[in-house]
Amino acid sequence: MSTTDDRQPIKKISIIVSRGSLDGIYPALIMANGARMEGIEASLFFTFFGLNALADKTVDHLKVPTVGNSALNMAMPMLGMPITTPFPTWMGALPGVSAFATSLMNKEMEKLDIPPVREFLELISDSGGKIFACKLAMDMFKLKKEDLIDCVDNVLTVGQFYEESAGTGTHILFT
Amino acid sequence: MKKNIAGTEVDVNEEGYLTDMTQWNEAIAATIAVEEGIPTLTDKHKQVLEYLRQQQSAGVALTIRSMGKSNVVTVKELYDLFPGGPLKKSSKIAGIPKPVGCI
Repeated sequence: MSTTDDRQPIKKISIIVSRGSLDGIYPALIMANGARMEGIEASLFFTFFGLNALADKTVDHLKVPTVGNSALNMAMPMLGMPITTPFPTWMGALPGVSAFATSLMNKEMEKLDIPPVREFLELISDSGGKIFACKLAMDMFKLKKEDLIDCVDNVLTVGQFYEESAGTGTHILFT
Repeated sequence: MKKNIAGTEVDVNEEGYLTDMTQWNEAIAATIAVEEGIPTLTDKHKQVLEYLRQQQSAGVALTIRSMGKSNVVTVKELYDLFPGGPLKKSSKIAGIPKPVGCI
């Protein structure tokens, strides 16, 4: 059994963000910010659809997917209904449903003092967290550094990201 | 449990946070600050501590975001003033409970 003494503290976390929906982005931001609050170094590496959160034109319009999301019953208490209320898949495809679910979720998060994504990224950056974009994904989606929000520290190759993550006590998470 | 900090007997929890914020004074703050690796409390530190104590008295849950919007301190300054855990350390030095939020 481990004692308090042999538990090595986490020194740094590097989080790879590959999904671009609202719920694909937020957990990584919350974990990175939480790490900084505990004095743990944090860096975020946005790749593939995760770049949706770094592109200046898209960051303020991230959505909760309502098609193919079999856990939407979780959002029902926000509408005053039981958490077990089913949410039929066909309903998710109706126009405006994703926008509605998104605004509902944004409102709940604001109540908990969780900032919007753009502000959250700035907060993490101000906290000393690092924000990186994946070069290969940038090329694939035809994005340039100037298309990204200001708080992005750098565009990195995979090799550079691993170099950046070097050190004992670093944990790399993929989301 | 009881602990003697800067010549005053105060009640603290197992992590060293004061359990009664009225027992706090500046000498206690200075002593805890040294234990937390902050040798001297500047005027800026003291402004933050004052703000934290006000918010705690008002029953407001503290977050880094709300601190950054307080006009007392920016997020960057807060991390510089209390390195290695801004909200936890500043709360401990201010004699208020450890913040429980995740944000």
